[in-house]
Amino acid sequence: MSLSATPDTPLPGRRATLSERGGETPDVDIVDVTKRFGDITAVDAMRLSVARGAFYSFLGPSGCGKTTTLRMIAGFEQPTAGEIYLAGEPVAGVPPYQRNVNTVFQHYALFPHMNVAQNVGYGLRQRGTTKADEARRVGEALELVRLSGYERRRTWELSGGQQQRVALARALINQPTVLLLDEPLGALDLKLRKEMQLELKALQQEVGITFVYVTHDQEEALTMSDTIIVMHHGRIQQQGGPAELYERPVNRFVANFIGVSNPIDGKLVEHDPSTGRGVVQTDRGLRLTGLVTDPDARPAPGTEVIVAVRPERLQVEPATHAAPPADGWSSVEGRIHQGTYLGDHTEFRVATDIAGEMVARRQNAAGAAAIMGVGPGDPVVVRWEDSANLILVA
Amino acid sequence: MSALLTTALVFPAGLWYLALLVAPLLIVVVFSFGTRATNGGYEPGLVLNNYERLLQPQRIEPFFTSLWMAIAGTIGCLLVGLPLAYFIATRAGQRKGLFILLLVIPFWTSFLIRTYAWLIVLGRENLGGFIGELVGDPDFRILGTPAAVLLGLVYGYLPLMVFPLYVTLERMDRTLVEASKDLGAARWATFRQVTLPIALPGLITGSILVFIPMMGEYVIPSILGYGRTFLMGNALVDAFIQTRNWPFGSAMAVGLILVMLVTITIYVWFVNRGRHGRDVSVL
Repeated sequence: MSLSATPDTPLPGRRATLSERGGETPDVDIVDVTKRFGDITAVDAMRLSVARGAFYSFLGPSGCGKTTTLRMIAGFEQPTAGEIYLAGEPVAGVPPYQRNVNTVFQHYALFPHMNVAQNVGYGLRQRGTTKADEARRVGEALELVRLSGYERRRTWELSGGQQQRVALARALINQPTVLLLDEPLGALDLKLRKEMQLELKALQQEVGITFVYVTHDQEEALTMSDTIIVMHHGRIQQQGGPAELYERPVNRFVANFIGVSNPIDGKLVEHDPSTGRGVVQTDRGLRLTGLVTDPDARPAPGTEVIVAVRPERLQVEPATHAAPPADGWSSVEGRIHQGTYLGDHTEFRVATDIAGEMVARRQNAAGAAAIMGVGPGDPVVVRWEDSANLILVA
Repeated sequence: MSALLTTALVFPAGLWYLALLVAPLLIVVVFSFGTRATNGGYEPGLVLNNYERLLQPQRIEPFFTSLWMAIAGTIGCLLVGLPLAYFIATRAGQRKGLFILLLVIPFWTSFLIRTYAWLIVLGRENLGGFIGELVGDPDFRILGTPAAVLLGLVYGYLPLMVFPLYVTLERMDRTLVEASKDLGAARWATFRQVTLPIALPGLITGSILVFIPMMGEYVIPSILGYGRTFLMGNALVDAFIQTRNWPFGSAMAVGLILVMLVTITIYVWFVNRGRHGRDVSVL
């Protein structure tokens, strides 16, 4: 499947810049970068190329090194080892104020002693832009973030979402090579956050500037990103488009961090590296056929692995009229432990002897009546297709 | 009930201000229009000649001496205090508390003793003589000069400048500095455009806190200046204790208050120019 970064058509002005620079140089190139703070390795031998005009997200739990990476790109931290290139130029030792990169900070960091227009024009004033030019471009930038007419307002009079937009305008007005965003939506409430996610994505497509976004919220990353970089313990676990990460997580961390999965322990008995197809004998006698998701893994037969199955791939049917066993399907018997009605879908927890407790989700597309007939204690059969089996080696 | 409680809690402070600030101030104003009794002190009257005398050249001189010494002293406190407060607030890390303590410890000793200590430090056997040798002038003195008084003023009031500055700088969001650098401002540009304006309320508070007592300073010019740098404090002591001309002394006190009010008003207006709707707590 081809869900990787497809940069949207840049603005005409942007395209001119592109050809000037000769096209294909990545906006950010991180080459073997390591960052240590004392004994702690925050970022460990990272390699990454950020393509021009795309929306990248660093996703991971707190302390995984995502913010440190962002701060190294911005110039607030220097790598302990390795080199970072911005638009092809190495930037070791270049201070933040000489890098063509701008940041939207977590708590916006708007200057409290300046009004909205003075905040947005700050970057231009540092470059000696004329007053008339500054006023015009500030007007344009505020229009871009839908804050026209707010020029004279004090920043603390604005709502969180408006402050967020001022911070965006203040950064974008400088036309940076890359815009860095450090969990900028964290302080907003859920509804506003969802709106801003879509708005940010639309804005990024409109201006065509490369966005590098840091978040610990998987949903946020899935909503906006062309490419997600999942990080853990300072290392990149996996990099890819949203669907790729969800459908083909390469290891247990990614499988559990993005979405939920049912883990079944077992040993690998067959593996064909050319197709990725593998067969797993589970500890409790189930034989599962699936895909070894990590294309680089060369697991020997007998390796302990986990088969992960996403909850929405499981079908739960009353034992009395379950479909007969079929080729290409696996099934286990169990009893409903809990059924939770969640509006658009129902979540079942099924206790099985063979695969432990399994979580299944069923869309309530046919109305609430369709889920009746299965309640706590009822015997059921859980069925899923072989294509749902993700064999995780690490 | 709570209104009653508020009244009860505010009452002691109110009484204090009334009895020890408002009443004496009124007495001083009333005295300033009286005449000197034959044996000194105050005799009721309603004359303006105390104020007329105040405007005589040799009488008005201490006002100007005080004013420029206090202004120079305030600037001195700023020049030393701002970097110090900035360092403690932003660079000292874990040792913040230690530095604050070091700043406070001298104040556990009497002001008089600390001023006498400077008498020794600046004396001919020590710093005074050393500098004299450096410049090759055997008659070189620090003590008894305005420089000694200025040094004493800056030393004595520095903490009053450092603390308010420290508090505003400490409260300042450090990511504002990063944001400024991120937007292309180098270190000095960031300091000028972000740190300094944000520290301004502390700077104003500190300046006023040191300026007011410096205007009325008496001990430092007497000890370190040998009384040769004649400030308002010295003139007041002269009027009340030596010549026992209470009405004239009262007129000087009123004049001093007016000079301070005017100076501080001009100062606050000057630094707040063009800053609308900004809540600057002055004291």
